[in-house]
Amino acid sequence: MARSKRLARVGRECVACGTCMKVCPRAAIRVVSGVVARVNGELCIGCGKCAGVCPADVIAMVERGSGE
Amino acid sequence: MKKKWYDYLWIGELLYWVLGLCNILFAWLGMLFFSIPLLVALIGGSKAYCHRYCGRGQLLGLLGRKLSRNAPPPRFLRSRWFRYGFLAFFMVMFGLMLRGTWMVFTGAPLRQTVTLLWVFKLPWQWAEVDMVAPWIAQFAFGFYGVMMTSTVLGLATMALFRPRSWCVYCPMGTMTQGICMLKQKKEDGGCGGEGQAHCGAAENSGQ
Repeated sequence: MARSKRLARVGRECVACGTCMKVCPRAAIRVVSGVVARVNGELCIGCGKCAGVCPADVIAMVERGSGE
Repeated sequence: MKKKWYDYLWIGELLYWVLGLCNILFAWLGMLFFSIPLLVALIGGSKAYCHRYCGRGQLLGLLGRKLSRNAPPPRFLRSRWFRYGFLAFFMVMFGLMLRGTWMVFTGAPLRQTVTLLWVFKLPWQWAEVDMVAPWIAQFAFGFYGVMMTSTVLGLATMALFRPRSWCVYCPMGTMTQGICMLKQKKEDGGCGGEGQAHCGAAENSGQ
């Protein structure tokens, strides 16, 4: 499957609330050990839903390979 | 996606308020909302409570669909100083509430008021609390005030910013994340601390 051009990137100030997990259509984002959300770049389709609901506004959509 | 039983825990949150209005002693049930997330974090090392079982978060999410501006919150809301500062402030207020309970236990008269936003004393004279010791009732009044204050703040930030903005500075969420960080540091020597909260984010690229 072709990869999307964009993917989600979680910022340093993630509060690990898990709101993003509930809206991800591909289960590409999950909170690891109650500390920080982590994005699986292989699964992320760059839809931006997680960024739209993040209550802390710490998820950004970035170009793949942009150095993030 | 098929809903699971825990997707309906927002009903429990509503029920808590209704029961508390009927009899303030039901405020004691709110201790579950305090103790379960702490136990989940301490024993399981996760924030599963926030993710799945938090009725308040679910309720804010539902109400926010209609009532929220869905605007990004100000940066300070997610900053460490604000989150931990708010946690400290909340704990001090909780401590003062416990002190009030202790004073009633040692003979001070029961105050039948619920304090909202730490300042406003709401009269609660209709409460029937004769069946228990005064200190048990005093704790219920105090705890209901704590819960009401946090709910009002949650509703305000839901309306102003994103639906679950409360989750950003929720004292329980901050505390459980702190516990998880400490546990993870202990287990694998650091990933999850301030400088390495990006252990996960580093993999975000998936490149």
